[in-house]
Formats: sequence, structure tokens, C-alpha cells
Amino acid sequence: MKQLMEGSEAMAEAAIAAGCRFFAGYPMTPFTELHEHFARLLPESGGVCINAESELEAVGMSWGALATGARAATGSTGQGLSLMQESFSEITLAELPLVIFNMARGQQDYFQSTRGGGHGDYRHIVLAPMDIGEAVEHTQLAFHLADTWRTPVLIYGDYLLAHVQEAVDVTPIAFPPVPAKEWAVDGSLTGTGRSRIVSPLGFDKHGRPSEGIENHLRAIIANQERIAAEEVRVETGYLDDAETVIVAFGPPGKFVRYVVAALRAEGQKIGYVRPITLWPFPYDAVADAAERADRVGVFEMCAGQMIDDVRLGVLGRAPVTFIGGISTDGSGFGVGPLLDVEHIRARILALHRGEPLPPLPHNQRQF
Amino acid sequence: MVQPPANVELRQVGHKLPELLLTQEHHMCPGCGEPLALRGYLEAISELGLASRAIAVAGIGCYTSFSMTMDIDLVQALHGRAPSVATGVKRMRPDSIVFTIQGDGDMVNEGLQEVLHTAARGENVTCILLNNGVFGETGGHMTSTTVLGQRTKSSLDGRDAEYHGYPILIGDLIAQLQGAVYVARGSVHNAGAVARTKRMFKRAFEIQDRGGGFTFVEVLTMCPTGWFIPTLDGPEYMTETLGEVHIMGELKVDGVVRSTEELRAENLRKSAEVEQALARGGIDDHG
Ligand code: SF4
Repeated sequence: MKQLMEGSEAMAEAAIAAGCRFFAGYPMTPFTELHEHFARLLPESGGVCINAESELEAVGMSWGALATGARAATGSTGQGLSLMQESFSEITLAELPLVIFNMARGQQDYFQSTRGGGHGDYRHIVLAPMDIGEAVEHTQLAFHLADTWRTPVLIYGDYLLAHVQEAVDVTPIAFPPVPAKEWAVDGSLTGTGRSRIVSPLGFDKHGRPSEGIENHLRAIIANQERIAAEEVRVETGYLDDAETVIVAFGPPGKFVRYVVAALRAEGQKIGYVRPITLWPFPYDAVADAAERADRVGVFEMCAGQMIDDVRLGVLGRAPVTFIGGISTDGSGFGVGPLLDVEHIRARILALHRGEPLPPLPHNQRQF
Repeated sequence: MVQPPANVELRQVGHKLPELLLTQEHHMCPGCGEPLALRGYLEAISELGLASRAIAVAGIGCYTSFSMTMDIDLVQALHGRAPSVATGVKRMRPDSIVFTIQGDGDMVNEGLQEVLHTAARGENVTCILLNNGVFGETGGHMTSTTVLGQRTKSSLDGRDAEYHGYPILIGDLIAQLQGAVYVARGSVHNAGAVARTKRMFKRAFEIQDRGGGFTFVEVLTMCPTGWFIPTLDGPEYMTETLGEVHIMGELKVDGVVRSTEELRAENLRKSAEVEQALARGGIDDHG
């Protein structure tokens, strides 16, 4: 049954529907409401939500909860996630299924999310919902993918997804079974000679064959290669005869999709690619679109970060132009005037016609 | 096997491998105090019958090698982060006995706010600190518990308050927090201290087992390698330096903080008792 819900509430409800029993976070705009909803909803469903003393501790607490086999999550904005990056790296190496919510300030955290913001060679799955309906689905999918692949999964949200209300259905989605968590610690094997260790370091208990750090790191990378091959998600539209292809993700991707459909109705040969997983990135879909197009435009609400991946996909098949830009509200937390159908339409048309891009709109209200 | 010098009398203080240890092999230096502390908490857990519920969370330091040799379900945490990880474990498994093992660099430098907040929350876990006043694993550098005058690789002329600042007496600090119900500082410089420290571990685990709240056991351990002193001088050097500043004893019992004077007087009494016990021929290590 569909209910009108704020995005933050819908995501917390969806997480709990997916079996999340632990959440720890530290308030920060625009993530705060998500944390508030977990604080209200988790105790009612037999779970725990802790108002951690810092982001460092929030991610540590979730780490501990995960090690017991519980479904657990944490989150913040990109700024708070910067503090958690050391743990994200090591949690990936410890093969723990952490779900992370980034209620980002715009799209400036693409690099942080997809490039392994911490140390080391790791990557983890990043899902980028375009609206609240998709965020509800992605939230449940995130817990499933995390358990299936034993890897962190990050959901890239933003101010709009956190605060807009939409009618959504948060009943649990049925996924295939996930592997049993035989590695999880509960103390029951202490003193039996078969005790377990959950560690990022690649060591096992004394007397058991230990893969060692080098083999451990290689096994993590091999798992990531399988994820990259199997978990790419992307939506495309109007590409068959498109002369101009626009790439955009998240809520701006939904705006672009709307504008492209309207331009199509006017007879303009324009198509779009909307990456749904930012990692693994849909390089093949982008390459395929570029093969047949004359030009590729990238629309992001930042200075241009995903454009690096688009270029890697296009690989010289067509010129790639950035048509987005930095645009915030007066506080810097929310959405700026660029995220508007008229502005996006004007920029796509300018690219399509080979005209100079119109100047970026300025927000009128300073904080 | 390396033979001890002829003028040293060896006394066996433990008579068997602790049940919760998978091997007696280890990579610690000769004269290191950490294995003695390890024996203390492993025996405490076994003897209290808590083994089938015990979960350890280990920090990063020399003692991390015990992560592989302890027969305990264990979560390996990042440097400094064990208390928050232990919090998550305990909240999801409230019937478990959850404890951290951390060094002074890990707990008091890198992760100070973690242990303070975990104590303040009254989290029902036990944090164990192996305090030797140096970063042993990196080769003997100054930590937040290094005492004034102590020489380390990053305080070559001794820790100078004006230049390096003062040490943090972490046990005393934690004792001030309302959420901490039991705070003790033991040592492993002689058999009496080892036995006394094991009793502290037992008390802490018993309190946790009945849901009593946050418990903290700090243990002063020898690190002759990081102190740049002869191995056999470790215990004496420790009592004369660290032990004079980080005063041993039960700092807080049943939520009541005890004064430093009280602790000093008790320590004098205890060492006299130990002398007498030694004169009688032995120490009961099962206290
Ligand atoms: S460096 Fe110090 S703490 Fe580390 S094993 Fe050697 S003596 Fe022990």
C-alpha cells in the first residue's frame, strides 16, 4: 500500500523492512532527519539506534553490530563520511556488509563514493536513486547486495531525497536467499578451539591455514571484479538515433530524463543514460551510446566528477562536454537554482545545437 | 632455548597453558609484560565460566598478535576504535561478555574520546588497557601516558612538561565519569601484582555479567624494548617510573572513587604482605 512519506522516513522504514536492526549516526544537514526516523522506528522493531559521539564512533558501532551478523547501517553527509573513510576501507577488507547512507550536499561526493575515499585498493557498491520510490527499493536492495557480496553498499541520496514527500510502498521486497553468516561472532565458539576472527588483516586463528594479507587483498579485488561484471545497473532512453546523449544520475538524472522526453516530443534527436550504480559504473552503456552519437553531455550538480567515468566509457568515440555546474541554496546544504527544467533544457539544447552554454544561474538568497 | 643468567632465580608463576590460548608461541620480546596480562584475563574468563559467551575486540599494537592465538571469538578493530566496535557488538548481543584489549597509544592517544564516551554511556562492556607508556610496536615513541622524564625515541632527553606536555592518567580520568562503575589499575611487575590484577579482571567481568555497567582495567606492563633498558630491569624501572605516576589499585569500586592517598597506603600494605608471602614460599595465583 502506498503512503505519503518524507524521503528520510521512507528510507528508514525501508531499511527496517529489509531487516536492519542497528543504526548509529551523528546529526548533520541534510542527513539529520534520516537519523531521527531511525531513532524513532528502530526501538519499536526490536533494534537499536545510537546517537554516536562522532562519525568515527558511529561507523565503529555499526562495525561491531555487523560483526555479530546483524544487518546494520550508518550514514551522514559527505562531510561526515569523510571522517568515516578509514573504517569504510577496513570494513571492506573485513568483508562486512555495511549499508551507508550519504544524504549529500549536492553531487560533490561522487569521487568520495566511487573512488574508495579511504586508503587502499578497495571499491564498494554505490546505488544512486533518482526519487523516493527508487530510494525505497535501493535501500532494501542495498542490504541484500551487501550480504550477497559481503561488501559495503553506499546509497547516494541528497537534500531532495531527504526532504521531499512522495507516495511510496515500503513493504518488504522478496530477494533470493543470502549466504549464511557463519563468520559472525556470538561468543559461542570461544574456548572450543574453533573460535572465529572478523578481521580486515587476512589472518585466521592460530593453527588454521591463513591466507595472509597479500592473498586476502587479491581475493577482495577478485570479488570486486565479479561485482563489477554482475551488478551494473543503468537506465537509458531514446539512444537508437540520438545525436546528443546526456549522462546524469540521481534526482538530476530524473530531471534530465524529463527534459529529454520533452525535447524528443519536439523532434530533437537526444537520448540519455542514467547510471543507477555509480560503482560499478555502466561503462558499456555509455560506450554503446557514444558509438552512435555525435556528442555526449554530462549534467552534474557539482564542478564535474562523474565526467571522468563518462570519458573512460566514451574513450574518444565522441566529444564529451560538461553542462552542469556548482549550484547550491544559500546555506550550501540544499539544491540550487540550476536544478530546474528550464535551465537544464537550455543547456542541453545549446550543446545539441553547438551553441555556447548559457551562464549558470545564481542563487539570490545568501545564508 | 635461551638460558637465563646464572645470578637469576626463576620462579614459575603459572603452571599450565591458559585454556583460552591456542598456543604458547608468541612474537613478543623477552621481558614483555603483555603476555602476563593476557594470561590474567584469559584465566579470569575461564575460571568465571564465561568462556562460551566471551567476545573480544582488539586494537592495534604488539598485543594484536594475540588476536590469532586467543581461543576467543574476536573482532579486530582499527587503532583506537575498539570501544565503539565493542558497543555495537554488545548492543546486538547483550548476553555476551564483551571486552576490548588496547594499548596506551591505541586507547589514550588515537581513541581517547571513544573510551571516554563509552564509559560515560555506561556501556556494559569492559575495556582493558595495557599501559607501558610507549608505542612499543613502532619502536618506543612517546604516548599520552609517558611519564615526565621518561626517554622515548620522540622525547630523547626525557618527557619535558614544557615541551611535550603532561601525561594523561586515564584510569583516574575515567573514574570521574558517572557511567563507569569499576575502575582498577593493576600491574604485572611481580607475582603478587599479577595475582592482584587477575582479581581485578574477575571483578570487572562479574560486574559486566550482571549488567552492572562500564568497567575498566588498566594494567601497567613492561616494555624493555621500547624503554631501551636491559630486559631484567623492566619490573623495577616500571614501578619507579610509570608506577609512581599511574598509581596502582582499585580506583573506583561500586561507583565510589578512592583517593590517591588511600591507594598509596593500600599499595604499601600489599607489598609488605607480598614480602611476607614470598618469605613463606609462594603466592597463590588463583586469588
Ligand atoms: S615492543 Fe614492548 S610491548 Fe611490544 S612486544 Fe616488545 S616489550 Fe612487548
